[in-house]
Amino acid sequence: MDDPRSTPIRVLIAKPGLDGHDRGAKVLARGLRDEGFEVIYTGLRQTPEMIVDAAEQEDVDVIGMSILSGAHMALLPRVVELSKSRGMDDVLIAAGGIIPDADVAKLKASGIAEVFGPGTSIGQIAGYFREHARRRA
Amino acid sequence: MADLSELLRGAVAGERLPLARLLTAIENDMPGLRELLPELFAAGRGGHLVGITGPPGSGKSTLVNALTEEWRRRGRRVGIVAVDPSSPYTGGAIMGDRIRMMGHAADQDVFMRSMASRGELGGIAAATWMAAAALDAAGYDPILIETVGAGQSEVEVARLAETTVVVEVPEMGDEVQAIKAGLLEVADLLVVNKGDRPGADLAARHLRAMLSTAGGRVTRKPPPIMVTAAISGDGVGALADAIDAHRSAARSADAVHRRAGHQLQRALADLAVRRAARDPAWAATLKSVADREIDPFTAAERLLPEDG
Repeated sequence: MDDPRSTPIRVLIAKPGLDGHDRGAKVLARGLRDEGFEVIYTGLRQTPEMIVDAAEQEDVDVIGMSILSGAHMALLPRVVELSKSRGMDDVLIAAGGIIPDADVAKLKASGIAEVFGPGTSIGQIAGYFREHARRRA
Repeated sequence: MADLSELLRGAVAGERLPLARLLTAIENDMPGLRELLPELFAAGRGGHLVGITGPPGSGKSTLVNALTEEWRRRGRRVGIVAVDPSSPYTGGAIMGDRIRMMGHAADQDVFMRSMASRGELGGIAAATWMAAAALDAAGYDPILIETVGAGQSEVEVARLAETTVVVEVPEMGDEVQAIKAGLLEVADLLVVNKGDRPGADLAARHLRAMLSTAGGRVTRKPPPIMVTAAISGDGVGALADAIDAHRSAARSADAVHRRAGHQLQRALADLAVRRAARDPAWAATLKSVADREIDPFTAAERLLPEDG
């Protein structure tokens, strides 16, 4: 009635693994809020199980993970796998952080929809989520 | 999106994704939701509905986490709805209540959902209440509703609960703050959290003195005042006991009647607003109020005429 975007896109922002650098994740969370997204921020040091459990309960449209530790190959495909096993096939899963080009292709093959490297703008990420997140009735 | 009745059946059977998707349907006020309400209501299992509110930074999330831990130790399954404000400008929101709750993330007997308050017309009180009903149907007990006690809508959410816990902190200000009307008056239990900080006992004493000397038209017994330190767990067991103990008082004929009154009023107001907003005259009426051609009360009467 007062807002044409009557159902905002819900995004879970998570930090998988053990690196404690969450500035990027927080900047993104705030930026997405300002773009009209509903952002659930879960904080540091999450296991793939914790992330998928949270995403399931929150019924998010997008899982965004920020990772700088180098453990992306061990953690990110596991999130995809767990999401699928719970029937969450329609959730868009994306990643950001320091990820070598050689790994980006492998991550995409594993089901990570997109990898956003350093220098990506909030607007680009918001645009990508708007375009690719599932549509709700 | 699956059929809503099917989602409800899945939720009742203990499946988590159907419950999560039912909560989304409630949040989005999806078509078919109103028709599901009788079924949702009938599926209720009598879980204790507990509202937890207080000013930002008073430690509500940490306290909810500590209470959840306590109730889990006692074998209870805990459902949580955490409401955070939406930006009035962009409609976006950041919901950070899970940060304190991630210790329970993989616990199948804890279900937590973050909800943004969205627009004024969305009726957050109604959506919150329905979300709690869904958690009840799924067998969670207690069901905690956490809101930032910053405005009228939060007070309303708190009033829908059977037991309302108001969380304050030692630094809440001088004793005059404690005699201001409002949030304190809806409390069934008052908590001074961050009890490890200096001044906690003094703050509790101030609250006790202010609330116990209230006479005049106040017929209500002053609420118990408890001191907790959610971060260390001090006082949390006693608070869980007090909340559990309040359950029977909350279900006295009087209390049930009073709450039903609030709920019915709330539902009626939501319905009136929803219908009026669909009225073709809504936009024009809104404009005349904005242009100061008519006052909002007369405008409301036009949108909801007596013989309508």
